[in-house]
Amino acid sequence: MHAIEARGLVKQFDGFRAVDGIDLNVPVGSIYGILGPNGAGKTTTIRMLLGIIDPDEGTRTLLGSDRPLSQSKLVGYLPEERGLYQSMRAADTIAFMGALRGMPLKAAEQRGRELMEEAGLGYAADRQIRQLSKGMAQTVQLLGTIVHDPKLIVLDEPFSGLDALNQAKLERMIRAQADRGVTIIFSTHVIAHAERLCERIAIIAKGKVSFDGLVSTARDRLRPQVHLETETADGPWRKALPDDVRHEGNWWHFTLPDSGVEPLLTALIGGKAGIRSLSIERPGLHDAFVAIAGEDTAAEMDAPTAEELI
Amino acid sequence: MIETIRAAFVIGRRDFTAIIFSKAFFFFLLGPMFPLLVGGAAGLLGGQVARDIDRPVIGVTMSADDSRQLLAARATLAAQVGERRLPEMRQLSQSTSAATPEKLLDDKTNGLAAILGGTLDKPVLTGTRGPIESYKGEIAMLSAFAKNADAMTLPSVETRLVQSSAGNEKQQRLATAQATQVLLFMLTMLLAGMVLSNLVEEKANKIIEILAAAVPMDAVFLGKLFAMLAMAFVGITVWATVGFGIASLAGSALPSLPTPAVGWPIFVLLGVVYFTMAYLILGSLFLGIGAMAATVREVQTLSMPVTMAQLINFFLAMYTVTKMGEPIELFACLFPFTSPFAMVARAAQDATLWPHLLAVAWQALFVLIILRVGVYLFRRNVMKSGSAGRIKETSGKKLFGLVKMPG
Repeated sequence: MHAIEARGLVKQFDGFRAVDGIDLNVPVGSIYGILGPNGAGKTTTIRMLLGIIDPDEGTRTLLGSDRPLSQSKLVGYLPEERGLYQSMRAADTIAFMGALRGMPLKAAEQRGRELMEEAGLGYAADRQIRQLSKGMAQTVQLLGTIVHDPKLIVLDEPFSGLDALNQAKLERMIRAQADRGVTIIFSTHVIAHAERLCERIAIIAKGKVSFDGLVSTARDRLRPQVHLETETADGPWRKALPDDVRHEGNWWHFTLPDSGVEPLLTALIGGKAGIRSLSIERPGLHDAFVAIAGEDTAAEMDAPTAEELI
Repeated sequence: MIETIRAAFVIGRRDFTAIIFSKAFFFFLLGPMFPLLVGGAAGLLGGQVARDIDRPVIGVTMSADDSRQLLAARATLAAQVGERRLPEMRQLSQSTSAATPEKLLDDKTNGLAAILGGTLDKPVLTGTRGPIESYKGEIAMLSAFAKNADAMTLPSVETRLVQSSAGNEKQQRLATAQATQVLLFMLTMLLAGMVLSNLVEEKANKIIEILAAAVPMDAVFLGKLFAMLAMAFVGITVWATVGFGIASLAGSALPSLPTPAVGWPIFVLLGVVYFTMAYLILGSLFLGIGAMAATVREVQTLSMPVTMAQLINFFLAMYTVTKMGEPIELFACLFPFTSPFAMVARAAQDATLWPHLLAVAWQALFVLIILRVGVYLFRRNVMKSGSAGRIKETSGKKLFGLVKMPG
């Protein structure tokens, strides 16, 4: 069962194909990351999935419906560009966002105050948004996203603009929601967040999906890396090392051969290499991303946004 | 449909409370005071200026007897019809009268507008075209009265007041129609224009993204429109209360309007309904136009042509007040932007009620059409939903479940 299914989504703006035939499957209850550099088409894809805009081509179903807005009471959405009514009180803001998603206003306000207490912001419930710090305002918006206990939470670049402390709090909140069985989709251009949180990811570059599946599957696309330190610099054991080996003094770095660990160890021991240390490292998501999306796209991912530069 | 109305209520309630509890709303309530004060001051000044301006004087060069009789006749008639309804006259001395009329008129020290010479039987009026055309009739009447002053006595007229007469009822109802149209137009112009900038905050603060993801855009537009309508009614209630207070204090000093054809209770009800429809029609249009604007500056730029277009509609409706039943009046009743004004004028002059039911239904349908088109354009041009130059399946959905919309 999928919370979201998309087939062949296409969106053009003034002739530019921002999204070019995207297919996505988001299983119910998963934490699903949409990775890609800025301008890859992540936000446009999310907006189409939620029914904010219609695709030019393709179909999508959200919680089983091909009319996403009809499911809006079950969905929480934190847009990339945060926005709140500046003169509204924090508790009223959360209540308003809950009421938009079908909650009775009184119940939404009460729940909003509870959430603010839990987030340590109870003292600011009656303050106007303009009186809050940027981080507090972002937290208020996030609480407004979950006040109605949605089954699906969509977060567009949720970590953007948050300091390390608030990023950690947000990660905890995402995990807590996932533990309740909520499906969570978030987009990011920071691979580390996806690596820590996601079971599944989609890698989007230039409007196309390069990969959609388990994080472990993405990582399995690369062979593990072996880091070996020997006592001897040469010997018959050298024949067991692959062609791509890098040599630095007594250190040898290479990709684990297809034959696996056992034949390698047998050859090293039998060839009297004198193993001082040996580590086999599974590739990270970043390496997998580079392998899947290419060096150029990875470089774009690493480039800071204007907000981060500020 | 129910979900759209529920969501519209949520948005409308937020907007309404945000406006009503803002400091700016107090100044909004004071708004009509300024034109009233300015208008009152201008009226007082204008009256004073009119009184201060010297009235043109006609110099009389007739014989002494004729001049005396003429001035006596003028005094008698002025007592009956009013001093300002007859030309000012001054008898010139014999020596002055010897000069030609042209010379007398050229002499700036005399300050004369015309010279009346000749005799009572054959008066001669010399002057420029304006005074001659204005006073020719009065001079003839005064000369005739002066000549027969002894034979003519003015009887006293016994007066009896009645509430109405068939002859002037139509004229009086016309006054009611015109006054109501002006009031309706003033209120609509004052209040509906505010809708222009209604979506600017949401777009500037990016809140529109949250709204668009949660509720149909129709609900956003509907909610905003009805919030502004509710705010308008709060304003009108306050102004009306103050107005009645002043009227009660002023008592009979204020003019009273003749009873409209449908009677006052129904007329007031229709007035409220037509104000609502006029507001919704213009408001929905302004909301759609304003939604396209990205900044407050763009909204300000748009407000001028929008106001001018409103004035044209108003003038058309005003023009048709005296043309009941003629094609131009029927057009004004059917054309959505003039329909509320034309129909309220009709209610003042014609007691038939069923056309009002049709008109209100037609106007309500038009509000929905404008709103739906506004939403479609907003989604397409601002939210960038749907591809340009191609009719999309999704945009062909029904208008609030009623009417199939074009793409």
